[in-house]
Amino acid sequence: MSYFDVFRMALGAIFNNAVRSILTALGIVIGVASVIAMVHLGQAATLSVTQQIESMGSNLLIVQSGTRGRGPGGTRQSSESLTGADAVAIRNEIDGVTVAPVVSSNATLVWSAKNYPAAIYGTTLDFFKIRNWQVTSGRIMEESEMSTGRSVCVIGTTIVTEVFGTQDPLGATLRLGRTSCQVVGVMDSKGATFGEDLDNTVIMPLKTVQQRILGSTDVKQIYVSADDAAILPRVRTELESLMRQRRGITGKKEDDFNIRDMAEMAAALKGTTATLTMLLGAIAAVSLLVGGIGIMNIMLVSVTERTREIGIRIAIGATVRDVLTQFLVEAITLSMLGGLLGVALGIVGTYFATKQMNLPFVLTPEVMLIGFGFSVLIGVVFGFVPARKAAQMNPVEALRHE
Amino acid sequence: MSEHIIQLDKVFKIYGKGNTEVRALDGVDLQIDAGEFVAVMGPSGSGKSTCMNIIGCLDVPTSGAYRFCGLDVSKFDRDELALLRRKYLGFVFQSFNLMARTSALDNVELPLVYQGVGKAERRKRALAALDSVGLADRAHHTPSQLSGGQQQRVAIARALVSNPTLLVADEPTGNLDTTTTQEVMTLLEDLNRDQGLTIVMVTHEPDVALHAKRAVWFVDGDVRKDGTPEEVLK
Repeated sequence: MSYFDVFRMALGAIFNNAVRSILTALGIVIGVASVIAMVHLGQAATLSVTQQIESMGSNLLIVQSGTRGRGPGGTRQSSESLTGADAVAIRNEIDGVTVAPVVSSNATLVWSAKNYPAAIYGTTLDFFKIRNWQVTSGRIMEESEMSTGRSVCVIGTTIVTEVFGTQDPLGATLRLGRTSCQVVGVMDSKGATFGEDLDNTVIMPLKTVQQRILGSTDVKQIYVSADDAAILPRVRTELESLMRQRRGITGKKEDDFNIRDMAEMAAALKGTTATLTMLLGAIAAVSLLVGGIGIMNIMLVSVTERTREIGIRIAIGATVRDVLTQFLVEAITLSMLGGLLGVALGIVGTYFATKQMNLPFVLTPEVMLIGFGFSVLIGVVFGFVPARKAAQMNPVEALRHE
Repeated sequence: MSEHIIQLDKVFKIYGKGNTEVRALDGVDLQIDAGEFVAVMGPSGSGKSTCMNIIGCLDVPTSGAYRFCGLDVSKFDRDELALLRRKYLGFVFQSFNLMARTSALDNVELPLVYQGVGKAERRKRALAALDSVGLADRAHHTPSQLSGGQQQRVAIARALVSNPTLLVADEPTGNLDTTTTQEVMTLLEDLNRDQGLTIVMVTHEPDVALHAKRAVWFVDGDVRKDGTPEEVLK
């Protein structure tokens, strides 16, 4: 008996019982679709996180004042703040870096009758270089404005739409708290990183924020960007020893500051999302398993129901292998059709879900192949028991079956 | 070498053990030659169906020898029996046993599918077989669209399509009315007379048995009478 004939028989049996076949395959459809959608969503999340980190500059180290060990009961002991002098020292002592000290605060912006809460950043011009931020209209601050601490600012697009609406923000004077500043430029849109809207920011000269808003010369973070990824490890060691020296930490004492490496963070987050993806896929795979059991269930019913047919086939000369193949192919065909539909549904589901969650829509052929492959495998595994039951029937009894 | 198509030597078929032992066949000796048309008769429980299953190679005896065309098949395994049936045997059953929702043509083709005959050849031979039972014009009807007599003729066509050595018919007219019984029996007689087809048929209707050339009468798992139908039915 040729495989074409076997396949034709299987299709005949499937279409003779179309409604039941669809319901049976539905388990596989949902299983495969959820595996594909879940894994794709996980990958999209990974990709999105990676892109966000890379958009921050992958050669970036961020120095922050941190804890000096742990106090009794695990309470944090605050340590000395960073200062502008630290930033200057880093720039002078370490080769091949761009350095930007950053301070930040939150304030409610007031303009005309509108007010809106926003994040305020005070920094130097190198910050724009490091983050690769550009203005779409107007200009960034000038060196002279920086050194004199003039009250000028560059704002993000969210503030433009929320506060100014259709009006031109350039030249307008925003009030923030007790001080005010003149808008000189509008930045291009950045989107959000880790749930923080980067377009809801006001950037001002470091000096201005320190003097007029914070009333302190402290610096919250120092951005250190290596000019080349290759020198990053050297920069990191030099940075660490420089900071230890400046803060008087000697011997085996722990650092009272920390250096965040964006590349490291990217790797760590990638690892986390990859694990989550696996987890989601595994949960979805359970539904695929349930679908497989559904196929076995229906095939067992089908075998019992078709006892007479099987009896005729055996009487006519079907061997054990013939009957086994027929029912196995039937189960595999059913699960394969389910698998194909599942892949299609999974793609559609991924598309809408990524759109809803603002994630990139990227399809991975391997995931779809594996999902489909599993549906076939499930057909083989769960089709075997019913097929063997059919193949081992006694023809005399099968023919007598009512 | 034996010229008998069927030769049963001291065939026993025993179900169960000990106190519940049932001897369905109790040492049957029977020979059937090529070209015979034998009616197997007897009260229910006499072992005639069991004997038919063994003759039809659907079952094997518990002990004793069954030679089919000189071949001792009593020790054959499942698949060897299946291959034997596929090649040398045709079956007609009381309840027709056609595949539902499958056209007459596809039903008749089925044995050829298992023989591995190609599609075009299969179609040709199936149509010829349907034509020989006078149903060429119903080739594309499904069993539910055919009368009982027509369904049984499709079943006969299916049994004939592989040119079997032996046709085994188990109560072929049991589900038919008088007119269609007549039709089917005439067809079997013609096949036996014109093509020399050997037929073994189980029946409990004397009228049907009279169409055969020979009859055997089973009682309690053994042959009690053997002769022409007229003699046996007396």
